[in-house]
Amino acid sequence: MDAFIIISLIKVLVVFAVLMTTLAYLQWVERKVIAHIQVRPGPYRVGPHGLLQPLADVIKLVTKEDLLPPYVNKPLYLAAPFLAITMALLPISVIPFGPSIHVAGYQTYMQLTDLNIGVLFILAASSMGVYGIALAGWSSNNKYALLGGLRSSAQMISYELPMSLAVAAPLLLSNTLSLHDLVLTQDGGLWHWNIFRGPFPQIFSFIIFLIAAFAETNRVPFDLPEAENELVAGFHTEYSSMKFASFFMAEYANMITVSCMATLLFLGGWSAPWPAAYGSGFVPAIIFAVAGLVALYHGMNAARGRDRLTFPVFGVIFLIIAAIFLLPMVQDWLLPLFWFCAKTGSILFAFIWIRGTLPRFRYDQLMGFTWKFLFPVAMLNLLVTGLLVAWFS
Amino acid sequence: MDAVIFLVFAIIAVVCAINVVIQSHPISSAISLVGVMGSLAVLYLLLGAEFLAAAQVIVYAGAIMVLFVFVIMLLNAGAETRKGRSFMVQLLGVPLLVTLLGLLAYIVQRIYPIGTMVHFGGFTHGTPQDVGRALFSTYLLPFEVTSVLILIAILGAIVLARKEMD
Repeated sequence: MDAFIIISLIKVLVVFAVLMTTLAYLQWVERKVIAHIQVRPGPYRVGPHGLLQPLADVIKLVTKEDLLPPYVNKPLYLAAPFLAITMALLPISVIPFGPSIHVAGYQTYMQLTDLNIGVLFILAASSMGVYGIALAGWSSNNKYALLGGLRSSAQMISYELPMSLAVAAPLLLSNTLSLHDLVLTQDGGLWHWNIFRGPFPQIFSFIIFLIAAFAETNRVPFDLPEAENELVAGFHTEYSSMKFASFFMAEYANMITVSCMATLLFLGGWSAPWPAAYGSGFVPAIIFAVAGLVALYHGMNAARGRDRLTFPVFGVIFLIIAAIFLLPMVQDWLLPLFWFCAKTGSILFAFIWIRGTLPRFRYDQLMGFTWKFLFPVAMLNLLVTGLLVAWFS
Repeated sequence: MDAVIFLVFAIIAVVCAINVVIQSHPISSAISLVGVMGSLAVLYLLLGAEFLAAAQVIVYAGAIMVLFVFVIMLLNAGAETRKGRSFMVQLLGVPLLVTLLGLLAYIVQRIYPIGTMVHFGGFTHGTPQDVGRALFSTYLLPFEVTSVLILIAILGAIVLARKEMD
């Protein structure tokens, strides 16, 4: 029992620290990627390639004056950011990052807790997250904030339907609601993942889920609640300092949650694309080794003076990481973690990529799209999946 | 431990329920109602009905109450003004309330003797599989009839809304 408590505490600390760092650096990655899509350097001043920019942003947000406008509804105005960030961070507690592992003689899951209603838990937390935004919009007593809050609630209610239907279809294939078991049913390679698995590949569900996820997280092209040119800043117009930062963090935490959900439901979670018997265990080592060699090569043919120093350093770091991936004693938990992060990272990259590519929808297009197209398609997909699963089982 | 959690969330549920009535602003009432739904979900979870608890949060606290809040925000309903209470209310309100609660407590105690009280952890058939099996075998007819009823309600709402538009 004591060991259980200690291990749980350690897991909570590790997951929290990693999540917070990811939240901060996801924003840096987003700014960098968008900048490169738009052919500009992006954050460049604070640290090498702006790597310390997130730290500077955090210091700025914490030390900023915390304004409390006199005309707001105080209790709800203060509760809204708290609600938003809580409901955004809650789902991470049930997301599994890897299989069960042995640590110093104790067996534990690479997950804070494995609920047998894990999927429902995440849906519940995300449906409660609407309150944060809706109440922020209403309690600010500002017409732009109110319009943003209204748009956001309407959008999230509407897109929750196709999202839930899209989630239900792969669950029919896997026949479990526990996220840990969900991944175990998809073990054994690419063709066992729910997105490609028979009797009915869930590729349509996957696309519907991603579209709905963009709307649920208020991301471009569905970021109507904070459309700058119409609504100033939408629901968080009246917020400043840490309260604004809470909404900002909540948005990124939601992005991470839906990316993890997509990975677990459709892409086989931490399982490798093909069995370890055919050498999938060497992929991360090869990737890092190639990256290290490329860095070393550029270090030797440096275009600028300081590259002679920085590129070899990064090359050696990458080669060390590649060597770590080959150690047998860490492979048990490092390889699943690598695949999980790779899949989740790819989806997060797609989020950013689409933000740099697509323009914003009009409001009537947004609503018409979900009710007249996405919802019927999701329904049809669920029906076909259900019929085929019943037929073949 | 179970009893402590039960007491905490039962008290939260009751306080929120009273708050629904005494708040003068619709939004505050609606948020209190969310609190009631949430604490009820915790009580379901304590009793071992995890699917019901999740459904309670998703459907009631999540979907339905968000819709309530949305409509209140859309109509921009302001705080209601308190009118003076009538003489009858002032005279009979508290005694009637006490009588009702006493009567309820008495009936519950008569129907359920001490021996058949609920035990936390005694019920283990609350998983999604169990609920699904019960819904689609034992309770298939009531389930289907209810869904047809809801469908009729939706159709009725659409018909009424269309009439308004013409």
